[in-house]
Amino acid sequence: MFSYVIRRFGSALPTLFIVITLSFFMIRLAPGGPFDLQRPLDPLIMQHLKHAYHFDEPLWKQYLLYLNNLAHFDLGPSFTRRDFSVLDLFRTGLPVSIELGGFALLIALVVGSILGAFAALKQNSWNDYGVVALATLGITIPTFVIAPLLSLVFGVMLDWLPAGGWGGGDFSHVILPVVTLALPQIGIIARLTRGATIEALRSNHVRTARAYGLPSFVVVGVHAMRAAILPVVSYLGPTAAALLTGSVVVETIFGVPGIGRYFVQGALGRDYTLVMGTVIVVAVFVIVFNLIVDILYALLDPRVRFD
Amino acid sequence: MSENAKPILAVRGLDVRFETNDGPVQAVNGIDLDIMPGETVAVVGESGSGKSQTMMAIMGLLASNGRATGSAKYRDQELIGLGEKRLNRVRGAKMTMIFQEPMTSLDPLYRIGRQIAEPLVHHAGMGRSAARKRCIELLRLVGLPEPERRIDSFPHELSGGQRQRVMIAMALANDPDILIADEPTTALDVTIQAQILELLADLQKRLGMAIVFITHDLGVVRRFAERVYVMKLGDVVEEGRTAAIFDDPTHDYTRMLIKAEPSGSKPPVEESSPVLLEGKDVVVGFRQENAGWFSGSSEFRAVDGISLRLRRKQTIGVVGESGSGKSTLGRALLRLVHGRGTVRYGDRDISSLDKRGMRPLRKELQIVFQDPFGSLSPRMTVGQVITEGLLVHEPDLSRRERDKRAIDGLKDVGLDPAMRNRYPHEFSGGQRQRIAIARAVILKPKVMVLDEPTSALDRSVQKQIVELLRRLQEEHDLSYVFISHDLAVVRAMSDYILVMKDGKVVEEGVAERIFDHPEKEYTQALVQAAMDTDPITVSAAR
Repeated sequence: MFSYVIRRFGSALPTLFIVITLSFFMIRLAPGGPFDLQRPLDPLIMQHLKHAYHFDEPLWKQYLLYLNNLAHFDLGPSFTRRDFSVLDLFRTGLPVSIELGGFALLIALVVGSILGAFAALKQNSWNDYGVVALATLGITIPTFVIAPLLSLVFGVMLDWLPAGGWGGGDFSHVILPVVTLALPQIGIIARLTRGATIEALRSNHVRTARAYGLPSFVVVGVHAMRAAILPVVSYLGPTAAALLTGSVVVETIFGVPGIGRYFVQGALGRDYTLVMGTVIVVAVFVIVFNLIVDILYALLDPRVRFD
Repeated sequence: MSENAKPILAVRGLDVRFETNDGPVQAVNGIDLDIMPGETVAVVGESGSGKSQTMMAIMGLLASNGRATGSAKYRDQELIGLGEKRLNRVRGAKMTMIFQEPMTSLDPLYRIGRQIAEPLVHHAGMGRSAARKRCIELLRLVGLPEPERRIDSFPHELSGGQRQRVMIAMALANDPDILIADEPTTALDVTIQAQILELLADLQKRLGMAIVFITHDLGVVRRFAERVYVMKLGDVVEEGRTAAIFDDPTHDYTRMLIKAEPSGSKPPVEESSPVLLEGKDVVVGFRQENAGWFSGSSEFRAVDGISLRLRRKQTIGVVGESGSGKSTLGRALLRLVHGRGTVRYGDRDISSLDKRGMRPLRKELQIVFQDPFGSLSPRMTVGQVITEGLLVHEPDLSRRERDKRAIDGLKDVGLDPAMRNRYPHEFSGGQRQRIAIARAVILKPKVMVLDEPTSALDRSVQKQIVELLRRLQEEHDLSYVFISHDLAVVRAMSDYILVMKDGKVVEEGVAERIFDHPEKEYTQALVQAAMDTDPITVSAAR
């Protein structure tokens, strides 16, 4: 088990390296640069700026320089948010995104799997149809519709909760963005759980459990549900990574100071270092959470072996 | 068994129907059954006879669209329509069941000890440690080696036969009065089948429960059961003592079933008959990644140096248990998998031909697969399926000529040519296998590899396919490589036998000699397990 984890990390490093290399050259191939403003800068200033940030060096030299800085955990200065280093931005933004995404993930997992299992046990009843319809609704209505709607209803009309802002992360400010983020995931997880549970209930080993007169809470809770959790667990890897690294839409609409915004802001402003930093953070999250999921999967399913 | 004993399970007017999208389907039509204490009863029938659904209904295990009416009494307790809670006091305790699918009937996520213990904990109220002790006893009783260690195994760490033993242990846990065995040996290799049957017979003698055997295999019935119910399309058509039924069947269907056991044999071909296909030292290896970083990979040999010569009009039967490499050998001979060694077809060495080089020869070297459901494209009509090869091999044929060939081809395999515009799903398993054979024969092949062509079919249908294959061989001078685990069918078809185990030939020779005087121990075990018709058991109650 331990050697497996080590090996997985070993194989993750080349992946990360390829991701970094590809995105470094891709963002630089995009036309324009961080200092191209609507009104062109004085050529002399431009020259000084370029020199200061080594933009006048050949591309491969800049790349090696970046790698060297990276090895010292220096992600460089942000070009669009002067006075901040990329690391500073993440240091303040990442905890916010993680808090938001973590709550959303937790809620989606709990509510989604309970709804899904409930629908499966009541298969082809009105309860089932209701859950499936709700889940479909949750998946199909885009976040940029739900977010302003929630803000309008609960923030402005009912005035129960703040319509936006983060307020230092206190509970009342967290609720609406978390719910917005969780809703589509609840739908997806409910559908996944429902399908997996129905399949598990039909399986031969569940038939065996019933044939041996085991009480239904054992048949369902012990034998069917554990099998049904497996596909949900595999789904959680990439999803957790996506949720915890922030959402552009939710953070923009509710004015949450997370890192989701940096994707778009960085790319549009040609903020090379910010884009690179975001890519690296997301890649690390994806790698780590897929590893966690693989380990979890093996703990749940003895047929999966590491060695 | 005394004459006035009360039945322990009495079924009266049991009706099972399923609501489907195509309307209600009647699976069981108001049948009566009686099971006496300690006796062995077989319920025999082909697929669709309702034999399994009868038992599922009694155990309350019907699928959600199924409904049972009528009566089934365990002692004086009515089971049909009984609530889940009260039914659970009977099933798993007094009536237990083992299933056809040993590979999937145990929960893959829990250790077997825990699964056997569950009925003990929930019915007998045993504590975990007492249950564990009882588990080890049970595993010893069913002959699982090293029960103290194996109790902590997961199902996937056991073989099919071992898993079925675990199921039997679970069934015996609460000293049941009735053990229902639903095709318990069908998915197992013949030698394992014999072991499981002997185990059941022995356990019955020692423990004295009644066993209800659901099976399509008359060999099992003859050796195992005291009484037989014969079912057909949801009705019991005949019942009686086993010997009486076999000696003097009264119903046509029973007679047909008994006659459907494969029979006949094929005389050897003459020495002068030319060799068509010859394999020499054929090896098929698969690379296996070894654990660890630097240990590299090793080769697993599915076929390990096999030579054979197939003469014109000869049938070589390749027998062996699952994993013996017999299917891989068949594919390697047709160069459908990569192998080493030499394969000659006629006077040509075909072992180094590439895909394109093989293509013109494919017409003469055909293969028929086991699964008549998966091997026909569901979106093509039967006519399109069987003439598809002609498009490649005889592209000059006009549409009309192709259609004529399709008509002839279907007639050849005994199907109505009018069926050529229908789709495969409208046909039964036996008909589909005929279609698959027509698809091969239409190209006028010389050699056909038949890979378990009858294994998925009922015995009566098997017999028809065997007869069809024999007739086609006569009419078209075909040579067969007949691959099967079913020795009875192989014996009926082949004149030369290759017995395989672990990729190697254990024994080979003329069919008659192999079956009547097997020399090697393995062959003897195989033949005995498959051909023995002596009763295994004398029931304790007699």
